[in-house]
Amino acid sequence: MKTWFTQHGRGLRAAVARFTGAPLGALFNVLVISFALALPLGFYAVLNSLQTFAGHALVDSAPQLRIYMALDADSDDIAQTDQRLGQDDNVSKVLFVSRDQALRELKQSSGLADVIDSLPQNPLPDAFIVSLREPSPAALETLRDGIQTWPHVAHVQVDSAWAQRLDALLRIGRFAVAVLATLFAAVLAAVTFNTIRLQILTQRDEIEVAKLIGATDAFIRRPLLYFGALLGLVSAGIAWLLVSGGVMLFNREFGAWTQLSGSLFRLDYPGPAAIFTLLAVAAALGWGGAWLAATRTIALLEVEYK
Amino acid sequence: MISFSHVTKRYPEGHEALHDVSFTLGAGEMAFVTGHSGAGKTTLLKLLAAIERPTAGSVVVNGQNLGALKPRAVPFLRRNFGLVFQEHRLLFDRSAFDNVALPLQIAGYSSGDIGKRVRAALDKVGLLGHERTMPIALSGGEQQRLCIARAIVHRPAVLLADEPTGNLDADYAVSIGQLFRSFNQVGVTVVIASHDQTLRAQLAPRVITLKNGGLVS
Repeated sequence: MKTWFTQHGRGLRAAVARFTGAPLGALFNVLVISFALALPLGFYAVLNSLQTFAGHALVDSAPQLRIYMALDADSDDIAQTDQRLGQDDNVSKVLFVSRDQALRELKQSSGLADVIDSLPQNPLPDAFIVSLREPSPAALETLRDGIQTWPHVAHVQVDSAWAQRLDALLRIGRFAVAVLATLFAAVLAAVTFNTIRLQILTQRDEIEVAKLIGATDAFIRRPLLYFGALLGLVSAGIAWLLVSGGVMLFNREFGAWTQLSGSLFRLDYPGPAAIFTLLAVAAALGWGGAWLAATRTIALLEVEYK
Repeated sequence: MISFSHVTKRYPEGHEALHDVSFTLGAGEMAFVTGHSGAGKTTLLKLLAAIERPTAGSVVVNGQNLGALKPRAVPFLRRNFGLVFQEHRLLFDRSAFDNVALPLQIAGYSSGDIGKRVRAALDKVGLLGHERTMPIALSGGEQQRLCIARAIVHRPAVLLADEPTGNLDADYAVSIGQLFRSFNQVGVTVVIASHDQTLRAQLAPRVITLKNGGLVS
């Protein structure tokens, strides 16, 4: 057990020494990998913020259904519709706007009083404005589809259609992040693989001598694995800094503007769960890439006895 | 300790390096493997250190049949040996101390033990003052002694040397010969492949002569 700790301690120390021994080479590798990691992380941060924003917007604008009655609907039909709406558990408030009231409001607000007065008859329908207890996009849709089939209902409109569209866009975005993350994870593994392979080739002498004097493959592999994990970990750390810096800059540049326009869209920093996942996955991928390279390349290095 | 029985080694390209070689070495013996170039000296050492496997016959070291050894077991077998190479095969990116420490690190010794043993080994070969020297700054004879220090630092049961005096001046060769004798005197089995007649006269060991891959005497 003590030997195990000694061996792993040495492996880790050798990896750190190799890292700091060639800082320029290590720096470029780290940069490549950290950019590859920063892209999906940054995209994820933007998406997360949009989602939060969309969530707030949905609550604030309290999505409503507007039900437009057919022009030939009479007062009985309207009373019937009102009653049916009252029976729905999810309906919290029903506001009736009669066609005359709607025309008056239009006259006042639009400044088209002359035009409206000249119309032979009122073109506006009677309407209900319905608020819901649980205004999720799914619930809105179900209710809309239901009411659409009622008699004398001409059209049902969901107010929050834009929020729904945003929700759909976010779903596409999340899919894109997943694809992007997978691609760049492959980049990470490939860069580590290549780095470790080159390292083994430059250390050929050392590995051959070590094999001749009784080193196991595990002994030779150990510092390489730590190096791979370290490469992933440091790159993930830098990717985190890059994204945090980007978020800070964005909020400073655009935070004021969005406040002026009345919306409070701000980017959120990636949370601890995302950071932890990033660090763990990057370290594991670095380790995995190194393992592949080490296992393949060490097997190819047949001991040449001179 | 070491026993070859009817060992034949044929390389994949068809060259037969050893043919029906049999001999036995007891623990603590010193043997000189001699013969012209290409007689099979190096192949014999490679078979001993499990770098090559015999095509026919068996090589037994410490009761282990090397032909039947699993690849996983090879590193542990090699830790019984100290290898001295004609080309030294030192690592030029690290100090003399770190070169000698390598076998101990491989075997998992603690840092404290490594310090003591490495200094003892360097003292033995007369390089105690050169712990921090890089191998490139050492003379040919000093490099060879450093290689010997690395070969004996983990106190192997068997010391295998391939042309240890091949590139050295006569004076250096004598001091190397004395080192081998002193290890043999404390019980290490020593096998030297060489055609250096001065070294042979100095050590007066048992002689195994090879000719065209066959055992002459």
